[in-house]
Amino acid sequence: MNVLNTIVTRNGQSIPVLAAEGVARSEVEASNSAANRQLYKSRVPIYPKEVDGRYRRLKWAMMAITLSIYYLVPWIRWDRGPLAPHQAVLVDMAHERLYFFFIEIWPQEVYYITGLLILAAVSLFLINALFGRLWCGYSCPQTVWTDLFIWVETRIEGDRNARSRLAAAPWTPSKIAKRAAKHAIWLMFAVATGGAWVFYFADAPSLLHLFFTGSASVGTYATAAGLTFTTYWLGGLMREQVCTYMCPWPRIQAAMTDLDALSVTYRRDRGEPRGSHKKGESWDGRGDCIDCKQCVAVCPMGIDIRDGAQLECINCGLCIDACDDVMHRVGRPKGLIAYDTEANVLRRLKGEKSRFRFLRPRTALYAVVILVVGGVMLTSLATRHTLDLGVMRDRNPDYVTLADGAVRNGYTVSVMNRTDTARDLYLDISGVAARSVKIIGLGAVTLPAKVSVKADKVRSLRVLVTVAKSELKSTSQSLTFSVSDADKREIHATHAVFISGGQP
Amino acid sequence: MHKKDIDQISGTETTGHEWDGIKELDTPMPRWWLGTFFACIAWAIGYWVVMPAWPLLNGYTHGLLNHSQRDDVTANLVALRAARAAKEHALTTATLPQIQANPDLLQFALAEGKATFGDNCAACHGAGAQGARGYPNLNDDVWLWGGTLVDIQHTITVGVRSTSPDTRQSQMPSFGRDAILKPEQVDDLTEYVVHLSGRPADATAVKRATPLFAQNCAACHGPAGKGNRQMGAPNLTDNEWLYGPKREDIHDQIWNGHGGVMPTWGGRLSPETIKALAIYVHSLGGGE
Repeated sequence: MNVLNTIVTRNGQSIPVLAAEGVARSEVEASNSAANRQLYKSRVPIYPKEVDGRYRRLKWAMMAITLSIYYLVPWIRWDRGPLAPHQAVLVDMAHERLYFFFIEIWPQEVYYITGLLILAAVSLFLINALFGRLWCGYSCPQTVWTDLFIWVETRIEGDRNARSRLAAAPWTPSKIAKRAAKHAIWLMFAVATGGAWVFYFADAPSLLHLFFTGSASVGTYATAAGLTFTTYWLGGLMREQVCTYMCPWPRIQAAMTDLDALSVTYRRDRGEPRGSHKKGESWDGRGDCIDCKQCVAVCPMGIDIRDGAQLECINCGLCIDACDDVMHRVGRPKGLIAYDTEANVLRRLKGEKSRFRFLRPRTALYAVVILVVGGVMLTSLATRHTLDLGVMRDRNPDYVTLADGAVRNGYTVSVMNRTDTARDLYLDISGVAARSVKIIGLGAVTLPAKVSVKADKVRSLRVLVTVAKSELKSTSQSLTFSVSDADKREIHATHAVFISGGQP
Repeated sequence: MHKKDIDQISGTETTGHEWDGIKELDTPMPRWWLGTFFACIAWAIGYWVVMPAWPLLNGYTHGLLNHSQRDDVTANLVALRAARAAKEHALTTATLPQIQANPDLLQFALAEGKATFGDNCAACHGAGAQGARGYPNLNDDVWLWGGTLVDIQHTITVGVRSTSPDTRQSQMPSFGRDAILKPEQVDDLTEYVVHLSGRPADATAVKRATPLFAQNCAACHGPAGKGNRQMGAPNLTDNEWLYGPKREDIHDQIWNGHGGVMPTWGGRLSPETIKALAIYVHSLGGGE
């Protein structure tokens, strides 16, 4: 039997120990271990070991779901009549529209996007306060693509030890072939990723044809190329460094987490004192951790979870899978590493029972914010007008005095028709005794004036309102513009001012 | 031959300089960094060859690509004119009612007219065409030479008292300066014009001036002072005054007979542009 490790006991005595049967043992050190930390350092290469288990399978499922959403959503069709695009999700820059299934957003309604961003941020906070960094571990694009790229690497170069050996090996034809194959497949995924993005901005089937016949726009190719590069570079080459050095979220998260938030936790109350364990040896007086370092070997961030909560940990749970497997082999209960809270570790150290507190002031606050913002957005979406108007008064000149002393004001009125059919809308003005109302292009009109607006368009009108000298009540009068549909079911009004300068 | 001085501790070559026993190491640059320098040099040489680079005594090296931003601008303008050609053509042939019945064409004309106005007309008439003393306000319903689209188009084309042979021409005499009338007669006429616009005036002066107005002014301004657009003579009975409403303004105008100049745009702007400009001015509110 080989002596694989020594442990140092509390009185300084070194004891050679043997590994338990069936347990792999790795000589590996945490990439961010406090002892080796330097201000400037080169990257410590990480070769995560493959692992199987509950969380690994969850990650595969999440990868399948998120990648499917990303690749397939642009291809979902949605019938919007003959005039609008038939793509369910489309950012139509050229026509200034954003389509999301039954919702169509105009540029002036960009506050819906603000609302979505607020919801996304607060949801992230809430999930983080309840279950820790689930986003980082399972659904962040950086995690998903890095995972995919590591999977490709493992299929071609082999598992941890093989990859590590290959990296140190001289450049033989076999190594060159493996590396070339790996980078080629990475690039294929990267091209597919960059290529899929552009389909969100144009009709996907026609763009696909244009794309491969070389007749898409330069912007399309540049976007695809840019995202190809970032996918290949960030997913293949940068990997965990993106989380550690580039992403702001780990820093924010460090400020926002608390003792009651679930996170991947090494239960040091149970694991310590750690040390190698020989089969048949007593577990009395020692912890369950046999220091096999499988948790470090499988970690895609290359860290040691036993050092406690740390910035680099993305909470993916792969170390849980690795440790559970080891615990099973050595005949100890699973869950030495588990989703747990720091508060529970402290409670158990004091001999108390574990307790989860999901309802806390911060989780309640986040939930309320989500409900309020979501409610406001839903209400506003549900009560949205299918017509609208904007009024801008001429500022130069402010007003025009006519030969007989009457005063005229000019307004630019935008009448919006949000339906998918052309409509006759009715423009009305109240609040001033207008002698005449003239619309450039339509001539003198009687109120309410019929204005036909094309489907899903804004019609800009120049409206001239003249008030006779005898009707000028004050230097500034308020008036109301309104627009309604034929049967007056929908009316939208906005206030404006009529100015007559020095003469009341 | 320079002898290499190797620092004993670091094993790196030194520059040979020494201060108080401290030697400066000559650490070589990383290979990739050096590489970027050579790449930049290669890029610069390539750039000289293909792009315009070196000034010469009378000109410059054009480079293999013969690139010129001035040519780009010219080409862009040609492309722009080509893109607009169909609508410009429609604009030239359409009548005002036709243009007004076609929202797209009207919008095109207004956009082009507004830009042209800003470039060429705003200096005198103001950015909002609100005018100034001596420069007519184009927003109101008072027109010296007529406010129909055709009138406006013609005025823009030939100008007023301009160098064009077809220019709109009128001349208000300098009754006082040229001693056509005596100073007291000019004073009386001033009262008469104030009276015409419906404001209180010296009745005896108005009475004295009545034959004077008939003899000297009515030929152009009309017997009732209502003006005459054929001659560009303003209406004296309304509240709009090109050179000011006050008594001294009116006196000054009768004495000196100011007449502004509007240039002819016929040779400078294309007929389509002038049409668009006329539609824009017409749309400001006063169009007839």
